[in-house]
Amino acid sequence: MDDLLREFVTETNESLDVVDVELVRFEQDPNNAVILNNIFRLVHTIKGTCGFLALPRLETLAHAAESLMGKFRDGLPATREAVTVILATIDRIKEILAALERDQAEPDGTDTDLIADLERIADSVQAAAPPPSAIARTEQALGRPLRAGEVSLDELERAFRDTPTDPQPARKPKPAPVEEKAKADPVKDEETAKAGAQSIRVTVDTIEQLMTMVSELVLTRNQLLEIVRRHDDSEFKAPLQRLSNVTAELQEGVMKTRMQPIGNAWQKFPRIIRDLSNDLGKEIELELQGAETELDRQVLDLIKDPLTHMLRNSADHGLETPAERRAAGKSPQGHIRLAAYHEGGQIIVQFSDDGRGLDTARIKAKAIAGGLITEVDAEKLNDAQIHKFIFAPGFSTAQTVTSVSGRGVGMDVVRSNIDEIGGTIDVKSVAGQGASFTIKIPLTLAIIAALIVDVAGDRFAIPQVAVVELVRARKGGDHRIERIKDTAVLRLRDKLLPLARLSRLLGMDGKDEIDGGFIVVTQVGSQTFGIVVDGVFHTEEIVVKPMSSKLRDIPMFSGNTILGDGSVIMIVDPNGVARSFGSTVVSQMAAAERAQPQLHEKADDDTTSLLMFRAGSSQPKAVPLSLITRLEEIDARKIELSNGRHMVQYRGQLMPLVSMTEAGVKHEGAQPLLVFSDGQRSMALVVDEIVDIVDDRLDIQVASATPGVLGSAVIKGSATEIIDVAHFLPLAFEDWFRRKDQTQRRRQHTVLLVDDSPFFRNMLIPVLQAAGYAVTAVGSAPEALALINQDRTFDVAITDIEMADMDGFELAEALRADPRCAAMPVIALSSQVSPELIERGRRAGLADYVAKFDRQGLIAALLEQAGIGDAA
Amino acid sequence: MSNDNEQVFNEYVTAMVGGQLFGLPIRRVQDVFLPDRLTKVPLATPDIAGLINLRGRIVTLVDLAYRLGLSRRNETPMAIGVELAGESYGLLIDGVGEVMSLDAATLERNPINLDARLAAVSSGIYRLQEQLLLVLDVDRVLAIDTAAAA
Repeated sequence: MDDLLREFVTETNESLDVVDVELVRFEQDPNNAVILNNIFRLVHTIKGTCGFLALPRLETLAHAAESLMGKFRDGLPATREAVTVILATIDRIKEILAALERDQAEPDGTDTDLIADLERIADSVQAAAPPPSAIARTEQALGRPLRAGEVSLDELERAFRDTPTDPQPARKPKPAPVEEKAKADPVKDEETAKAGAQSIRVTVDTIEQLMTMVSELVLTRNQLLEIVRRHDDSEFKAPLQRLSNVTAELQEGVMKTRMQPIGNAWQKFPRIIRDLSNDLGKEIELELQGAETELDRQVLDLIKDPLTHMLRNSADHGLETPAERRAAGKSPQGHIRLAAYHEGGQIIVQFSDDGRGLDTARIKAKAIAGGLITEVDAEKLNDAQIHKFIFAPGFSTAQTVTSVSGRGVGMDVVRSNIDEIGGTIDVKSVAGQGASFTIKIPLTLAIIAALIVDVAGDRFAIPQVAVVELVRARKGGDHRIERIKDTAVLRLRDKLLPLARLSRLLGMDGKDEIDGGFIVVTQVGSQTFGIVVDGVFHTEEIVVKPMSSKLRDIPMFSGNTILGDGSVIMIVDPNGVARSFGSTVVSQMAAAERAQPQLHEKADDDTTSLLMFRAGSSQPKAVPLSLITRLEEIDARKIELSNGRHMVQYRGQLMPLVSMTEAGVKHEGAQPLLVFSDGQRSMALVVDEIVDIVDDRLDIQVASATPGVLGSAVIKGSATEIIDVAHFLPLAFEDWFRRKDQTQRRRQHTVLLVDDSPFFRNMLIPVLQAAGYAVTAVGSAPEALALINQDRTFDVAITDIEMADMDGFELAEALRADPRCAAMPVIALSSQVSPELIERGRRAGLADYVAKFDRQGLIAALLEQAGIGDAA
Repeated sequence: MSNDNEQVFNEYVTAMVGGQLFGLPIRRVQDVFLPDRLTKVPLATPDIAGLINLRGRIVTLVDLAYRLGLSRRNETPMAIGVELAGESYGLLIDGVGEVMSLDAATLERNPINLDARLAAVSSGIYRLQEQLLLVLDVDRVLAIDTAAAA
């Protein structure tokens, strides 16, 4: 009997949930006989079972409700009032069921109030609606407390069954969305009905236990695999592989049994919206999409309440009253849309309304009042940043506490609920157009991929979902670590990320400097930050085990697990880490980020186009774009080894490849190359990857002792090695020089190069040498004049314009004035080329004016001026 | 239990912690083991010694000596496995002794001058021939944990 009763309660509850939804639909679509039949059938079943189980209260109620619904079938208009009473009846039935489940008996009490209401409405039909015959009998039945009524009702039912096709033609065209929903549900009902025969009820506990066992099995399998890995001769290998596969399948299967459509969580929403629109005097349309999206039962349970809360919020605070909406030029009917879909191993739930949007000013005022942020800092925040405060603990913006929402629990509670399951929530709001919340939740909590990291000798797991990328932290490295007040930040592609040393967060001893560690770039919601760890091992599928209740207060951990090698490790909760950054840091961050573009603008006047690439290390490298003839990508298999050197056939010639690092050339795939050409000869630098072309100020800050690297400059916010092309060119041109010497035994033309920048001197010398000139380079105009005074002669002079004690113009004038070299053409180099400067140069007697880095232009100018040079 | 025989014997697993003999009701003891490969939990209260994997279960080890204000004598302690509310715990002890069957009638109330920390977790004492045996109330040992952590 016990089992029977329990089953009845479960089944009835499920049926009632359906009735709830169906009634709301029926109210909107009163002509839909399919819906009505469905409701009728469910209520009738409940009533019948109640009679069988001797539950008089339930039976009476169900019976009265059924009678009224019978009237609907007779053509009684489904008024709001009628539906409200029926819904109230269903709520009462649920209450009784709850008591029944608890006490194994119907609770005391009467339902005369509801029954009277139900009867009254049913009676009113008699006056209004025509078919009196059937009603007279029902009426009679209703007057008595049950038993007698049952008979007549059955008769009534039979009467309905006899004429089932009657109402059918009535349902036809209806507004599109409703039609769609109406279409979807009957199919589902049929399916459930069919599935009913092939499915059995299993208690959640059974499934949970199965899941636990499977989790253990997975762990044991992992341990076995670990052991076998150490003994490669093992005969266990094959059977273990099989065991492994079966385990994986078993795990998947059990996981599947835990999956439930998200629609289960929002099954009650249409009803809630209906009641809310009544209570609030608002017209609300609810659109539900992707109800079939499946997720883990455990997750489903946990998001049910947050979603319901958000629905209430949207209806109560988000949507305006019809009058307000009309005034704002919107349709009086508010629209709430809920959509769920899978994306990248997560479920995305989007919750949007077309209401008034978040009240930025009020949120700001509240945040300041609540001490979440200072007024000064608040001014620096943009709207989106202010909106995030609704997720801050203890925040609720409702000015008046209504019965619907705003009972002191707000979005902060929603957020903490979502945090708990490792999900994230974000909000976008446009004033007057509505708000949209995006919730990302993991499919399952049981098994996740995690990054295993090392912190001060201990291992920890960081859920892979939250990890965006890994960055190596090294001093003077490619990614700059700066400090804003006391917080270390990483500048990563123009974004500032606050850094937290995990060892510090966890109160462990460890080195304090970030140097040498790894930065796990982590994203939680819209917050991105770096978790600094000492080392990174690998990614592993872990079975999340709940933490002991003694440890649950530690916000930095979300659980623990047993790794494949059998050791226990803690799972770091990225949400906990995110919370460790105060809001002040976040706002400082934002301020600093805004300041950034201005810096760039200021620097714009003196920029150089640079090609950024990677070779060897992960640190970006750069070379002035103008030095490069072409960027090529060749098939690595075309690279030939000739005489110990890598070569490739390029445009009908053999082109030597020079590698910057020991890493050398790739053996397969595409090999990117930076091609430097001179006339018909070319050489190529082998790089790993061409990253970008940027315009930035070339300001070498740190000179380098490494051959091939001039030094480091900050390019687009990250420290970048500026490559010394001069170092690499001879590596390829070595034999070329020799050949040149053989073919050109004639006198080498001499060039005097004056430039105060060692970088340019270093860069141009090999270029000029490669072009066949003998180069003498000096660092200033006086030095150049001193050489002339020593009676040195040159065929041509190349001078920089911007120099400290004596600029290029003055030098040119001085040279022109000296009879010993008055005939020597002087070519000026400048980063700035403007008509005025060129004019000034002409007056100073400059033969030509060439932009810095315009190597081809320089060679051409040399050829023209000296009538010499050998580019060919 | 409701035996007519007046003598009711309680069985205890005895353990030494910081030189004091304790008895744990045998029904509460799951197993006795040597904790291996202990994982420390940063930020945990000091009485949580760490976590270990005991045959696929994660067991929370409680530093009993710390908890009771005693100093642990043995550097490689043993642990007594107990369960509370479906969670597994291991109480770190210096060493495990024999299982004693003691006459329930001889159980005495805690002396008033007993150290408060010991009194809080003890449900009485037995005067053995050579020493006192404190009966540990496992629930209370684990209960004050949350109070301390909160």
